[in-house]
Amino acid sequence: MTSGGIRPGGIKRAVTAALFALTMFGGVALANPQPGQLNMTRGASTWSPEAYFLNNVALGVCVVIGILVFGAMFIAMFRFRKSRGAVAEKWSHNTTLEIVWTTIPVIILIVLAYLATGGLRTFADTTGSEMTVKVTGYQWKWRYDYVDYKGKAIEKVGFMSKLDKESDETRQLDSGLDPKNVQVDGYNTYLINVDKPLVVPVGTKIRFVITAGDVIHSWWVPALGWKMDAIPGIVNSAWTNIIEPGVYRGQCAELCGQDHGFMPIVVKAVPKAEFDKWLADQEAEANKPAQPAAPAAASTAAAPATAQATDAPVSQGHQG
Amino acid sequence: MAHAATHDHHHDDHHGAPKNFFVRWCMSTNHKDIGTLYLVFSLLMFFIGGSFAMVIRAELFKPGLQLVQPYFFNEMTTMHALVMIFGAVMPAFVGLGNWMIPLMIGAPDMALPRMNNLSFWILPFAFALLLSTLFLPGGGPAGGWTMYPPLSLQGDSVAYLVFAVHLMGISSIMGAINIIATILNMRAPGMDLLKMPVFVWSWLITAFLLIAVMPVLAGAVTMLLTDKYFGTSFFNAAGGGDPVLFQHIFWFFGHPEVYIMILPAFGLVSEIIPTFARKPIFGYKAMVFAIASIAFLSFIVWAHHMFAVGLPLGGEIFFMYATMLIAVPTGVKVFNWVSTMWGGSMTFETPMLFAIAFVILFTIGGFSGLMLALAPADFQYHDTYFVVAHFHYVLVTGAIFAIIAGTYYWLPKWTGHMYSEFWGKMHFWNSVVWVNVLFFPQHFLGLAGMPRRIPDYNVAFANFNMISSIGGFLFGASQLIFVGVIVHCVFFSKKKAMDRVWEGAKGLEWTLPSPAPYHTFEVPPVIHDEELAHGHVED
Repeated sequence: MTSGGIRPGGIKRAVTAALFALTMFGGVALANPQPGQLNMTRGASTWSPEAYFLNNVALGVCVVIGILVFGAMFIAMFRFRKSRGAVAEKWSHNTTLEIVWTTIPVIILIVLAYLATGGLRTFADTTGSEMTVKVTGYQWKWRYDYVDYKGKAIEKVGFMSKLDKESDETRQLDSGLDPKNVQVDGYNTYLINVDKPLVVPVGTKIRFVITAGDVIHSWWVPALGWKMDAIPGIVNSAWTNIIEPGVYRGQCAELCGQDHGFMPIVVKAVPKAEFDKWLADQEAEANKPAQPAAPAAASTAAAPATAQATDAPVSQGHQG
Repeated sequence: MAHAATHDHHHDDHHGAPKNFFVRWCMSTNHKDIGTLYLVFSLLMFFIGGSFAMVIRAELFKPGLQLVQPYFFNEMTTMHALVMIFGAVMPAFVGLGNWMIPLMIGAPDMALPRMNNLSFWILPFAFALLLSTLFLPGGGPAGGWTMYPPLSLQGDSVAYLVFAVHLMGISSIMGAINIIATILNMRAPGMDLLKMPVFVWSWLITAFLLIAVMPVLAGAVTMLLTDKYFGTSFFNAAGGGDPVLFQHIFWFFGHPEVYIMILPAFGLVSEIIPTFARKPIFGYKAMVFAIASIAFLSFIVWAHHMFAVGLPLGGEIFFMYATMLIAVPTGVKVFNWVSTMWGGSMTFETPMLFAIAFVILFTIGGFSGLMLALAPADFQYHDTYFVVAHFHYVLVTGAIFAIIAGTYYWLPKWTGHMYSEFWGKMHFWNSVVWVNVLFFPQHFLGLAGMPRRIPDYNVAFANFNMISSIGGFLFGASQLIFVGVIVHCVFFSKKKAMDRVWEGAKGLEWTLPSPAPYHTFEVPPVIHDEELAHGHVED
């Protein structure tokens, strides 16, 4: 496991055991939103369990404190009501009690801060990546450029990724189409499917460099465990290392104009061998001599063509 | 002592009030009338902002776009927030402060009565300007209430928005100056700072926050204006600017702003719970110190709204720790409210019910706040419905429930009549049930991955959105009961209110007749410690 910020053992194991019941509800490693889902996804990358784990710990702490505080309140409301003949007492101060209920929260916060700091440190560490993908947000589509892989620069592999045609037609006001019918393999993909997904290998530390061309967007795939703002003029970086092959869906998470709700993200994680073949195909496609003019726009122009070619198998797959 | 201060109340409750409607209500310098104007204005804005929310919930009732175009949806989310924050919650607190602070500290009026008139009358013009953008070509602001550039600069209504925000800011700053001047200079002899009601303390601290941060907002929006119309590049990367700079400046205003909307609520609840528990507030000094600590901390946590902008590791860690620290004084306040109830002799009139609901539901909002403070988890929560659920728990069941509680608490004092307790309780139970139906499922939506500010969503989010919308419509409808109760109390109620409306009520305002005469405390009252809301304060 690449993420070593929270060392296995001690606190983590104890808390995990204590929270077993909590993590059970809705917390299975689902890659995509499920109807009636109650908790965050555990995710599918090496880092995503950090966010999930912290969420569960913090939720558990809050539930316990809530039961104690609200319990005390309800007891007070029941016992000390005038209608039961309660007579108000006179005290309004208790130093010992006040010291106790200031100190205990501080201790709880220190534990939470310790756990969170570990998660932050591993997330901030983008060193040792084997692959770089540049993500650029535009109103209202994403552009992916493959920068390097296994220490080798990649030329001309990049494409636009936007809302798939079926969702786009269905989403129009008064389209008369039922969003429930937008499905891939029985899984509803309304507004969370694209014409051409980002394809990446599993078991590889991938560095994302994220920026934007017009306004601020935010690149978010819940299964990876994080989102990162895409800001014009600024290049942010983040990383992921996906464990299981699958199709992971997300959406733009920063208000970016009228079509903000129609800017999905689909990451297709495939085994390394399959990815190598896909990348070779893409490079071959890009280097075809069929494009005499406009070399700068070559990769962009090639996108629609390649989209047709690779779309079919990709949109079929989904994480079961 | 009340009789010495209000020698004329036997003849005419409104002695001294101008008979001419225009002179009385438009040219008023009387803190009670201006307080009433603020409260009526904020109630109106609450319904306008609420109707925008109804549009949002109606569109989100089921997947697929049924009612509005996405751009109009964005206008609705933006205007809902701006109207509720600057038009409903803040003016409501200013109205309560205007009405009650002079009565609670034994002052005859606000320190700067003419400025008081001006600071109110700016508001209707500011909101007329803001709301008019919805009817202009190009439409209203649609870039979110946070106005992040470059998106907000794409709108055609930037100048209107900025001018309206400037006016609101001027109004708030003048109101805050007035409150500080009143509290520091006009207390009756013997009303030491540490004998003031907690509500007065909370407003004193809030007023300093307002003066500190409203100019920051003014600066940020002015830079937006010059970027849009005068060719500057403060936030334009292509011209050497930085879009993230806006977020830093905005949230340096914006985070204290959210405490501006909750600290007076803490004060209100700290008045109401001791009254109905018939026991002084537990840990008065700790309460005051906690409010001050929260106010201080609010200045150094702004970047927790920006955990996903790509802050350096050190920045993330600092802002995470500082944010988590706020849980300590906030926890102290909650524990103190519970301890105030413990050992009391409680009754559950409508203000108390709303105050208790405040404590429970605000605490739930605080819990999700603690979860959001943890940066690695926030990478997932950020900009999702989890955040929407969080801030509506602290703003609706927090700020607005406290305002409603305060309104019921003092309504008999304002009008001289009792409101209908039955309909007050109807209002309470409907509000408390439907507000939870409205906002609780949004936690699940956020955790499952639904971003905020989207007009349409995947069918996986359909069931909770439908529940949430039903809760929204019914919560909205419940507020009509509130209007009914107020209108009935003001114009139709026959039941006279006593001077000391509530059996356990303490504090100077209850030594006055109900309704409070037009002029009060022209002769400063004599303070008796046992008359004060929190009893004797020792060590």
